[in-house]
Amino acid sequence: MSDLATDRKIDRSKMQVSDEVAIEINGMNKWYGAFHVLRDINLTVNQGERIVIAGPSGSGKSTLIRCINRLEEHQQGRIVVDGTELTSDLKNIDKIRSEVGMCFQHFNLFPHLTILENCTLAPIWVRKTPRKEAIETAMHFLEKVKIPEQADKYPGQLSGGQQQRVAIARSLCMKPRIMLFDEPTSALDPEMIKEVLDTMIELAEEGMTMLCVTHEMGFARQVANRVIFMDQGQIVEQNEPEEFFNNPQSERTKLFLSQILGH
Amino acid sequence: MSDVFFVRTEMLQQQAPPSTSVGIVGWMRENLFSGWLNSILTVVSALFIFFVAGGFLSWAVSPTWGATSLTECREILAGHEGACWGVIRDRWVQLLFGFYPSELYWRPILTFVLLAVALAPVLFAEKVPAKLVYFTAAFPFLMPWLLWGGSIWGPLAAAAGFVIGYFVYGAVVKAAGSLAGLIVGVAAALIWWLFLAPVVVDLLSGTVSIGLEAVESRKFGGMMLSITIGIVAIACSLPIGIVLALGRQSDLMILKSLCVGFIEFIRGVPLITLLFVASTLLNIFMPPGTNFDIIMRVIIMATLFASAYMAEVIRGGLAALPKGQYEGADSLGLNYWQAQRLIIMPQALKISIPGIVSTFIGLFKDTTLVSVIGLLDPLGLSNAIRADTDWNGVVWELYGFIALLFFIFCFSMSRYSMYLERKLRTDHQ
Repeated sequence: MSDLATDRKIDRSKMQVSDEVAIEINGMNKWYGAFHVLRDINLTVNQGERIVIAGPSGSGKSTLIRCINRLEEHQQGRIVVDGTELTSDLKNIDKIRSEVGMCFQHFNLFPHLTILENCTLAPIWVRKTPRKEAIETAMHFLEKVKIPEQADKYPGQLSGGQQQRVAIARSLCMKPRIMLFDEPTSALDPEMIKEVLDTMIELAEEGMTMLCVTHEMGFARQVANRVIFMDQGQIVEQNEPEEFFNNPQSERTKLFLSQILGH
Repeated sequence: MSDVFFVRTEMLQQQAPPSTSVGIVGWMRENLFSGWLNSILTVVSALFIFFVAGGFLSWAVSPTWGATSLTECREILAGHEGACWGVIRDRWVQLLFGFYPSELYWRPILTFVLLAVALAPVLFAEKVPAKLVYFTAAFPFLMPWLLWGGSIWGPLAAAAGFVIGYFVYGAVVKAAGSLAGLIVGVAAALIWWLFLAPVVVDLLSGTVSIGLEAVESRKFGGMMLSITIGIVAIACSLPIGIVLALGRQSDLMILKSLCVGFIEFIRGVPLITLLFVASTLLNIFMPPGTNFDIIMRVIIMATLFASAYMAEVIRGGLAALPKGQYEGADSLGLNYWQAQRLIIMPQALKISIPGIVSTFIGLFKDTTLVSVIGLLDPLGLSNAIRADTDWNGVVWELYGFIALLFFIFCFSMSRYSMYLERKLRTDHQ
């Protein structure tokens, strides 16, 4: 697993981290009923960072990134996205959601709409983009993820890898400043993981701020500028990828790495 | 002695299936004679169908079309078993129109032809000109005017209420936001309907009286009555059902309890009770002297009854939708109503089509219950026809004819729902 499932050369020239803060999380806590699922999370993400969040299942990593666009509600602490604080104010929530793109493990495309309609829906209804312009933007991003010829098909007619690339294109059509990926390759066949990762790498090369929950350690090693390891709802260790993989400090991290890289 | 090593040097081409598994022989082998038990069942079923159909045909093919009374039928049949079709020839018009004045039959006929035109953009959206939808919007005002007659200003004033509400909403939205716009718009329309419209209608009718001859509700009857009640209740129960289903899923405590209470109450009461309430009890609660049309009351009760069932059917569709669809819509920044209208409802309604159409069919057949409160739907009329000494004792022919009429409508609805399901399939095309 240590090698990225791609043979392309990665261009890191544009992957520059700026000083501008994109996401700031301060002392955030979350409970599911009585279960303390996220414990005292503190995390600052700068514009242009590529962060991979790893950890065993049930460690709260998906919940963490789902809190950033409020698919989950946090009960304590502050989350500030692009200068706007997440509160129960619906206007703020919709504003943040339209600035933050998200890709899901199971794609969550809309099966009753064509690929093109999936991509133009939010720009037309949320951004009030004229239809013609929305279609042009959508075709641009579908070309970018290399499936413009599928524009008039329905999601159910596409392979998993193609669907995930459409989901990425759909998010990009909203011109987000931040992209969240929630295990984007976990539901895919090995042959299809590569095409999705290639798309994500391209995105990173263009300087997109990305938070990825993933088990693709090759991707973490070569694309991320920071790897965060979570366990039991807390951040256990974070470091640059090189250091993280070669010289983990915490015993829990060592155990985790030995289990996923050991074979 | 087996060799593990194997390499295919040539890929196999597709071949035709064996002749015993395709064509008529293959079909019969698979569907009728696939084993000894199935073969026996096939033969027994064929014999059963043969005897039933034979018995029915020898009864139905009967030269009694011209008879003018049951006695004459018996003379023609001369002791043989047979149907007495004379009653249908004599009374079919009445079974269709009830006691509607015969010189005005063109009005219900025109109404139902126009109904078909108005339904076309709803049922076959992509096969008819899009502009036709304006006619569909006007039809709810045209239909009661054509059927009941009276001054044209009444329906026009009712329609004007919607126009006024719409423009007030549009004006207020820009100044004070969408919620205020909605409230003020609805209030303006209500003020118009309750206080201004009656005065204006009186004034206009006094000066320019354009209208059709009025027909009273008690003259309505037959299939015409069933279709009128059925169509209006069907058209109203779907949107009310959607709102109730959404209300039941809402996070707002009071709204949710109201919807649950309404649905559970209506589902817990037989339709016939509601109809009795409509026909007798409702008058007690009305101010003395008000004359609230009986058909209108029945339509309201049937609509409420069907919408409670509709709400539960649609809730089933909502529950069947994966949570990811809500999250997908949320993550793109769509607000609640956009997500419902664009993402959730199109899919939930599609899943619920069989249930929705079942409710529609059930509702349409339930319109025959109005005979219990004295309205002359086809079943009520069949009793009235038997009360005539000429046709006293005719049962099967009347019920058979009514059953056939209902079957045509219900079967069409069922076929349409299957067509719609096929059309809306978007996977594996």
